[in-house]
Amino acid sequence: MSDTQRYHVLDRAPFNLASYLLRWESILVMLLVAVIIINTAISPYFLDIYNLSDATFNFSEKAIIALAMALLIITREIDLSVAANIAVCSLVMGLLSQMGYGTPILVMAGLAVGATAGAANGALVTKFRLPSIVVTIGTMSLFRGIAQVVLGDQALTKYPSALTSFGQGYIWPGVPIPNSFALFLILACMFGFVLHRTVIGRQIFAIGHNPTAARFSGIKVEKTRFWLFVLTGLMAGLAAVLLTGRIGSTRPNIALGWELEIVTMVILGGISIAGGTGTILGLVLSVFILGLTIFGLSLVNIPGIEIAILIGLLLIISIAIPIMTAKWRGRT
Amino acid sequence: MNDQPSILVLSGLSKSFPGVRALNDAKLTLRSGEVTALLGENGAGKSTLVKILTGIYRPDAGEILIDGKAQHFNQPTDSWAAGIAAIHQETVMFDELSVAENIFMGHMPRKKSGLIDWPLLHSKSQELLKRIEAEFTSDTILKTLGVAQKHMVEIARALSHNARIIIMDEPTAALSGREIDDLFDIINQLKSQGCAIIFISHKFEEIFKIADRWTCLRDGEYVGDGAIKDVTQAQLVKLMVGRSIDQVFPKRNVTIGKTVLEVDDLSNATEFDGASFNLRQGEILGFYGLVGAGRSELMQSLFGISQAERGTVKVNGNIVKIENPSDAISAGIAYVPEDRQVQGTFQPFGIRENITLPSIANHAASNVISYTDELATTRKFGARLSVKASSWEQRLNELSGGNQQKVVIAKWLATKPNILILDEPTKGIDIGSKAAVHEFIGELAGEGLAIILVSSELPEVIGMSDSIQVMHEGKFIRRFSGAEISPEAIVNAASGGAH
Repeated sequence: MSDTQRYHVLDRAPFNLASYLLRWESILVMLLVAVIIINTAISPYFLDIYNLSDATFNFSEKAIIALAMALLIITREIDLSVAANIAVCSLVMGLLSQMGYGTPILVMAGLAVGATAGAANGALVTKFRLPSIVVTIGTMSLFRGIAQVVLGDQALTKYPSALTSFGQGYIWPGVPIPNSFALFLILACMFGFVLHRTVIGRQIFAIGHNPTAARFSGIKVEKTRFWLFVLTGLMAGLAAVLLTGRIGSTRPNIALGWELEIVTMVILGGISIAGGTGTILGLVLSVFILGLTIFGLSLVNIPGIEIAILIGLLLIISIAIPIMTAKWRGRT
Repeated sequence: MNDQPSILVLSGLSKSFPGVRALNDAKLTLRSGEVTALLGENGAGKSTLVKILTGIYRPDAGEILIDGKAQHFNQPTDSWAAGIAAIHQETVMFDELSVAENIFMGHMPRKKSGLIDWPLLHSKSQELLKRIEAEFTSDTILKTLGVAQKHMVEIARALSHNARIIIMDEPTAALSGREIDDLFDIINQLKSQGCAIIFISHKFEEIFKIADRWTCLRDGEYVGDGAIKDVTQAQLVKLMVGRSIDQVFPKRNVTIGKTVLEVDDLSNATEFDGASFNLRQGEILGFYGLVGAGRSELMQSLFGISQAERGTVKVNGNIVKIENPSDAISAGIAYVPEDRQVQGTFQPFGIRENITLPSIANHAASNVISYTDELATTRKFGARLSVKASSWEQRLNELSGGNQQKVVIAKWLATKPNILILDEPTKGIDIGSKAAVHEFIGELAGEGLAIILVSSELPEVIGMSDSIQVMHEGKFIRRFSGAEISPEAIVNAASGGAH
């Protein structure tokens, strides 16, 4: 093994247009363009800046949770209790609000409860080595159950106006960008930077590719996963603050079924359920595709139940396509 | 021996993959009742040939004749039906099922109703086990068996298909000396029953012991065949690599420096007990023992993968507490693990991301990774180890085993360690890469690195080490150095013999 290198090794593989176009993100861009064209064709109300801006209310809170969920899924874990977590966060906020506490306390309480619930999931998974899908199905039922027992069939509706005007509001008077959407965009940039440019991001991918080799490379695998559960819980808390403010009430069925839509966003975004791969760009594109598709369908009066069928189909297709194309590519 | 009828004749076999010509006009003849050693470095085309024979790949050109009849294998079941069975390096079986179910998986004997005929299943399995003189029964649950016994189950499975051509790809890789002898007994039995066997191994000792004939491939092409008794190891090596490899281990002129590692009475509950040794700069300390001697477990505890129950570790005279691998890395310890695929590499990552991972914090300013720094490190260590690749972004799963191992060594050197632990660093890699790794280990010791070399290959341990610690069932038997080192003494100590 002398110092003379007999082989010339390039720094990067030569540019290859085909493999660039076959990237999942490129496919998502094409899909997004198709969704916009179809929606514009079927409804004259689609390409309206105010309509579009209002449409973002419908997905921004879910998308914020999806950012953290993406990191968790990349490390081969999942949190299905996020929607139930929102119910508990919102419940605590509602109870504190009835006692007369102000918006700052409510916001902090929402975030703290979310993070604590996330920490409980994380501890069960990493300390006791339980599979996260089982643990979080359990806590999903537990958290939702708590909200239902405490609330019964009543709703908490007394909230300070500062909270509701933030959840329903826009970043600046007259600028049609909702606070929740702006928050999503800022967080997406931060998550993208951390995942793709920093040490912790590289370690997250390494854990997803091969947890054993990650441990052998000095990465604290369980600790990283624990903090990602806490982060996911925290984002659920943030979503609870936004959602509670936006609808101004807490009912036992708040955010019911969101976990399905959030996981769909992540998987359609090209983040492999097997771990290790995916980009935040892909996730953001998938958020827009799903958000605009649902918005477009509601413009032509397709009922929510039928939209649920569509989401289920999209989830299955987005899991199946990468697997099928991999098989197809492997067959040479 | 040449009057034995030939069962299988391969000729003109070619197979290309994008950018690689894996096989080019290869040929191979098997005769019944003979063991044919298939020789070649990694990448010579052995695996491709096996995959064609087992119906996983379809050849681009060439002919497969069994008993003179042309065969076309479109899928693995076609190859089974023709009487070919392969026994792989890593056994793929069902741990929770019984031996009988494993043997007949996929073609269980059935009653008229379509349900499994259990009595018949067990009596047929028992018959097969008897044929290979297995000492366990067909209702044993597979996971309770050892590796060697699992191999016997695989062989029984091959026989259940009435296989007459059995391919054994590195069957001895995970076996101890005694288990290898047992396997050879089975092979002899199969021979006497008229089976033809393809035997693939990197160990010449075994080839000369068990094979009757040999066929050698190089760069996908046939380079020769003949009877084992007419050939020497040196001739075979020359054919395999196309040049003669200097079998002598690199002579080093190293001044042994100060003590860097002192281990005192390190013990854990089950794997090792009372491990005490010192290691100095520039020294190569070999660890030898049979499978299960506790060497890897000891090293993994030094590296923080598992915790010792008692004992102390001193690095450069200071007691260090190693609770996890990142503590070990900070203490200047690096560990090149035994299981390259599972413990060492990130297959979908490129070379760059693999090499910089353990030292990634050193390639970042306030946590933001610098691509330029990463590239510089990758070029430096990748070139030093002569990693062969098209680009530094090439994924690990596209590299040969030898090159992957070079990447793993490079990633640990990039952490700038003082102590390098190498656990079976040349396991399963070709002769060319092996010699390169040996030379490189010598070079590193020359630069003052303290090296621990865990190896089950006696010539390697003896050739490379300044002194050799022998372990047996978790205990330190004896440390040999200088003139005390002889193969006989070490093997004797490793098998728990006289002190």
